[in-house]
Amino acid sequence: MPSDQERILARAAREILPGQIVNLGIGLPQRLFHYMPEDQEVLVHSENGILGCQPVAENAVPDYEMIDSGGAYIGVTPGASVFDSAVSFAMIRRSRVNVTFMGAFEVDQQGNLANWKIPGKFSPGIGGAMELAQKVEKLVVLCSHNDKHGNPKILRQCRLPLTAPRCASLIVTEKAVMAVTERGLEVIDIAENLDVETLRAATEAELIINESQLGRF
Amino acid sequence: MTSLNQKYISIEAAIGIIPDGASIMVGGFGSPGTPFALLDELLAQGQKELTLIKNDANEPDIGIGRLIRAGRVQRLITSHIGLNRIAIEEMNRGQLVVEMYPQGLLAEKIRCAGVGHPGFLTDIGLETEIAQHRREIEVNGQTCAIEPAIHADFSLIHADLADHYGNLVYRGTAINFNPLMAMAADMVIAQAFRVAAPGELKPEAVHTPCAFVNHVVQVDPATSNQGIRAHAV
Repeated sequence: MPSDQERILARAAREILPGQIVNLGIGLPQRLFHYMPEDQEVLVHSENGILGCQPVAENAVPDYEMIDSGGAYIGVTPGASVFDSAVSFAMIRRSRVNVTFMGAFEVDQQGNLANWKIPGKFSPGIGGAMELAQKVEKLVVLCSHNDKHGNPKILRQCRLPLTAPRCASLIVTEKAVMAVTERGLEVIDIAENLDVETLRAATEAELIINESQLGRF
Repeated sequence: MTSLNQKYISIEAAIGIIPDGASIMVGGFGSPGTPFALLDELLAQGQKELTLIKNDANEPDIGIGRLIRAGRVQRLITSHIGLNRIAIEEMNRGQLVVEMYPQGLLAEKIRCAGVGHPGFLTDIGLETEIAQHRREIEVNGQTCAIEPAIHADFSLIHADLADHYGNLVYRGTAINFNPLMAMAADMVIAQAFRVAAPGELKPEAVHTPCAFVNHVVQVDPATSNQGIRAHAV
């Protein structure tokens, strides 16, 4: 049995297509490096100023001037380039980054995302999240379906300060894969061994479910 | 007026120009590109009531983290301080004034100062909390927020290579904010790990032209803190 996080990562990695420029958010999304097919031609962008990065081997001596936005030492893939922060965000704002993966405190059925601030508790700053969320065409949210107290994170309406409105395209949790559509939040895949009633009970958002077309993951 | 090809200066003299209360841009994203030697000298010399402009707050025991810890920073203009718990605590206690911007807007505000524009228009963050403090105008039917440029008295820059003229070359992901900040302050002080003889740098290899750089300090990478961490985050 894969762990919840492994299930999320393996499923999310299927959203990366050959030829794409991909940004991996800090934390869980950065582990997607290890779930991409090795022969897949993609360039990984990191907002500190690199296009074409990859993890360094565990026993290798790193180049201390080469990190990704999460602070991990990195190497480069063929075709890589490095650039300043203004160019890096030009790439984001001009939608040259095709897909980005991010965590969430809350995400709702309109695709609103909150992942940068919990007033009074957590406010380390915005970093690149606001621009990535607003400008990258496909935003895949990776998160646990419920918080550590069991409360739903997939909501009818976000309550925390937004990172960006109507920005999420797809939400991948350990329980389901949900697409944000004009009709609402459509469940595409449901986790192995999970039934629709249990999924609905764990979710605050209204879910559109067509059981005959539901995939498993 | 200093001679065009005599930008080298001792680290003590370079940092000695900075007065109390100065506003200072500091290059770097995390450790790469952070001018650690210049910052350690600033700590040693004791300047206080500083306003710092840096992407992040480094970590508590390195770079600007040491200045914050020593109570020398009054205000920090930044994008994300998640790796510095002391900066977060001081912010929450009201001891450190922290102004946060989305990272790309921070970069662009600095870039604007560097290219001589008072500010720019953007649609980033329009329906979010950061919109509350901004003026909005309509341009070609589109709502835009006005983002003023950020300018500073000083910039502290880390380059890999410099020459006597003050031409700078950056390396790897240590580029980040450095070329933007190297244009955006009245007085620009760069540290460099390596120096090239006059005329040795190919003109097309120069990242920051010497016109923007006032002083260059040569730093030995073997003895300078580079913020190297044993672990990957």
